[in-house]
Amino acid sequence: MNQPSVVAAPYTYISKNVTNVMSWVMIALTPATLYGFWLYGWPAIFLWCLTILSTLAGEAFCLRLMGKPAKPVLLDCSAALTGWLLAVSLPPWAPWWIGVMGGLFAAIFGKQVFGGLGQNPFNPAMVARVALLISFPVPMTSWVSPLPITTADAPGLWQGLMITLNGMPKAYDAIASASLLGFAKTEMSRGLDLVQAFAQSAAPSLSIEGFRQGSLGETASFLVAGGGLVLLWLRIITWHIPAAVLAGVMIPAAIAHGIDPGHYLPASSHLISGGIVLGAFFIATDYVTSPNTPLGQILFGLGIGFLTWIIRTWGGYPEGVAFAVMLMNIMTPIIDRVCKPRIYGRNRRGKPIVADKVI
Amino acid sequence: MGFMERIFKQPRWGVHPDDHKRPAADAPLRHLPTPAKLYVPLVQHVGAPARPIVLVGDKVLKGQMIAEPGGNISAPIHAPTSGTIVAIGDVTAPHPSGLTLPAITIESDGRNEWIPCHGVDDPFSLPPEQITKITAAAGVVGLGGATFPSAVKFNLGKRLEVSTLIVNGGECEPYLSSDDAIMRGYADQVIDGVRLVMHAIGARQALVGIEDNKPEAIAAMKKAAEGFDNIHIRPVPAWYPMGSDKQLIQVLTGKEVPADARAAELGVLVHNVSTCAAVHKAVRLGQPLVERIVTVNGGAVKNPGNIFVPIGTLVEDLLAFCGLKENPERMILGGPMMGTPLPHSRTPVVKGASGILAFNEAEAAVPDAGPCIRCGSCSKACPMGLLPLEMAAHIRADDLEGAEAYGLQDCIACGCCSFICPSHIPLVQYFNHAKGELYSQERAKLRTEATKRLAEARTARLEREAVEKAEAAAKRKAARAAAKAAEAAKLAPSPDKGRDGEGFAAASPAVMAANPPSPPLSGGSPDGAETAPTPEGASS
Repeated sequence: MNQPSVVAAPYTYISKNVTNVMSWVMIALTPATLYGFWLYGWPAIFLWCLTILSTLAGEAFCLRLMGKPAKPVLLDCSAALTGWLLAVSLPPWAPWWIGVMGGLFAAIFGKQVFGGLGQNPFNPAMVARVALLISFPVPMTSWVSPLPITTADAPGLWQGLMITLNGMPKAYDAIASASLLGFAKTEMSRGLDLVQAFAQSAAPSLSIEGFRQGSLGETASFLVAGGGLVLLWLRIITWHIPAAVLAGVMIPAAIAHGIDPGHYLPASSHLISGGIVLGAFFIATDYVTSPNTPLGQILFGLGIGFLTWIIRTWGGYPEGVAFAVMLMNIMTPIIDRVCKPRIYGRNRRGKPIVADKVI
Repeated sequence: MGFMERIFKQPRWGVHPDDHKRPAADAPLRHLPTPAKLYVPLVQHVGAPARPIVLVGDKVLKGQMIAEPGGNISAPIHAPTSGTIVAIGDVTAPHPSGLTLPAITIESDGRNEWIPCHGVDDPFSLPPEQITKITAAAGVVGLGGATFPSAVKFNLGKRLEVSTLIVNGGECEPYLSSDDAIMRGYADQVIDGVRLVMHAIGARQALVGIEDNKPEAIAAMKKAAEGFDNIHIRPVPAWYPMGSDKQLIQVLTGKEVPADARAAELGVLVHNVSTCAAVHKAVRLGQPLVERIVTVNGGAVKNPGNIFVPIGTLVEDLLAFCGLKENPERMILGGPMMGTPLPHSRTPVVKGASGILAFNEAEAAVPDAGPCIRCGSCSKACPMGLLPLEMAAHIRADDLEGAEAYGLQDCIACGCCSFICPSHIPLVQYFNHAKGELYSQERAKLRTEATKRLAEARTARLEREAVEKAEAAAKRKAARAAAKAAEAAKLAPSPDKGRDGEGFAAASPAVMAANPPSPPLSGGSPDGAETAPTPEGASS
């Protein structure tokens, strides 16, 4: 940026910078990711590495095309974080090309085409996830049951690499199954109600410790939420968006389940299934694509939660967090226009307040 | 509980920069030996420049008035030492532009001899106006940095029947401790000054706000205020910009100053602790404002601390007294959050100079600005409740009106947003640029309007005159015709009269030409054509 030689005060600055912020978010994501590695083994680790590397490659490629130096931009860690968020939202045994295409798509079409960091209207990781889900619905909805890396059945290093490169071998087909949300959707379409469906032995069970089918890093809700609390503690994010997202999904879910348990999943199932916790703490809180006032953030969060519940309940896809986030991303400029903070000495409408004399 | 509090109870505004106040604040107060030459600027206050009343070669004593107030909002200037006036000319202003400023140069005679000073023994028996008068004559201005003539503020407070005096001992700027020093060392003077100001403005109570990072000052002030029930020492959290009057008023009284009003209209008046001490000196000792405590601090200074400095001392001399470890990378007048950079050290210390900072290389490093990530840190930090990121986005797109709609004019330039920005975007620079640009646009608009008004008035006047002239000419013509008719009737025309009439007609052809059709519409009047300039034409 072209700066004049004499710049107005202040002449002292906070030591926090963009790299710090992005790094802390990645640190907060680490426990859930490591748990995902343990749960789903080597294929997950390979997929995670490939996704991040291709996001970085996509970013570097665009910067190169624009004739800008890539290194300082890559070092701000925003591309790595995008890749990481995308990776943890992918099915853990997805083939290599899902990660590579997703990473490139996130960096190029999610972010750089709009002008890079700070300019993108949509969350880049969600842009890529939605693009993959629409284009490749089968690999994007093939889940495996957890097969911890420490167990004997788990694929070893070489086998894991083969799974990532060649796709899931026949031997593991048995462990491939639907997620809770997908199962509920399928059973409902077969005409069963939820009470009957979950009475079957094949029904996936709820698991607060994340021992369930799901994306690479989103199953361990408690670790994801723990990471979110770290971000709250560090004041990198505020409580408004996460609380509103969770409230937005749980309140309608609880009401609907209370009215008709046969057709609507309980709030607890909504909370610890799919990517809602990850979405609430890590995806919806993306600075660039979320509103910047507390009131706006609450509206934004409620919108994401509510849309997620709508899509999960009536939509064509079992999971709706990514769609909901993107739909509310579009609303962000309008929310920001409507919700502005009250200025000191003025009322909400911007008119000067009446002097209240000190006596 | 602590966890929940940290998450749910975030500060509503402000930032908390490292204060860097110690060890400078703990160093004993020192007196600067009077330098050989002092350069006393005529503009050290808000308002009209002072007018010199001395001539080169005059001998002056310390405290003698050398320049009188230049208007209603102005302040006199007094000689900071005894000596000879050697020049009345320009010096470099303490301003980043490095422009010059008229100043009186005094060569010290080394005796530091005061003029006879007459203090008032029982000021509380005097009418309040008298305190104001003495304060005005002593050249006391707001020493917190605003430098508004204090007496003018007293009058305002008196007129608006202010009930509460807020004494600003916040000193929230990092590095600075001059107010701290005066409260620690001269709390009695400050409290007496507070009582005098209360008397002058008719205030019922005084609230002294002191940041809780100055426990020694709080203790000293509490002790000095013992026995005065209407003076309350109120420790406030150390939180920037606590020393900003709007924020301090809000913290101490819970009330906000309306956007279109002054604090006095809320029934409060804010004065700095150092200003109160200066009022004490002016009234009790009869000493005008000729010196002040300046904090010299920063990584490049060998012996940082607080120093009594005569007004007009060159920064160079002051830094030489404190010693430099290295060549300063950046020099700042005031604090690092709102101060102004000094172009070089040959600029004088003025009444509003609370600190001189000499930063070393590490302190002076300016991080590169990156793109805005819309993290919203700036709007959380803004004490005015603005959205700096939105304003900057509009200014970057050259949409200054858009930035104004986001409250640009409410910005107090405290620097919280630039300080906290993780992308280190110089937001205050954007806002100052936009405010300056809007100000000059407004000025240009007013000028154009004034020119247009004048041009229109002139056109109207000329048209009116042309009509009047035409009417007069028509009247004369009629009179002449009547006279001719009368003469013809008389049958004995006088040759004199006939020549007279012809002469008049020949002398004013313009009037005659303008006469027949209606001149304003046709534009046929030569006067009209010549004097109907476009406003642009007239203003050029």
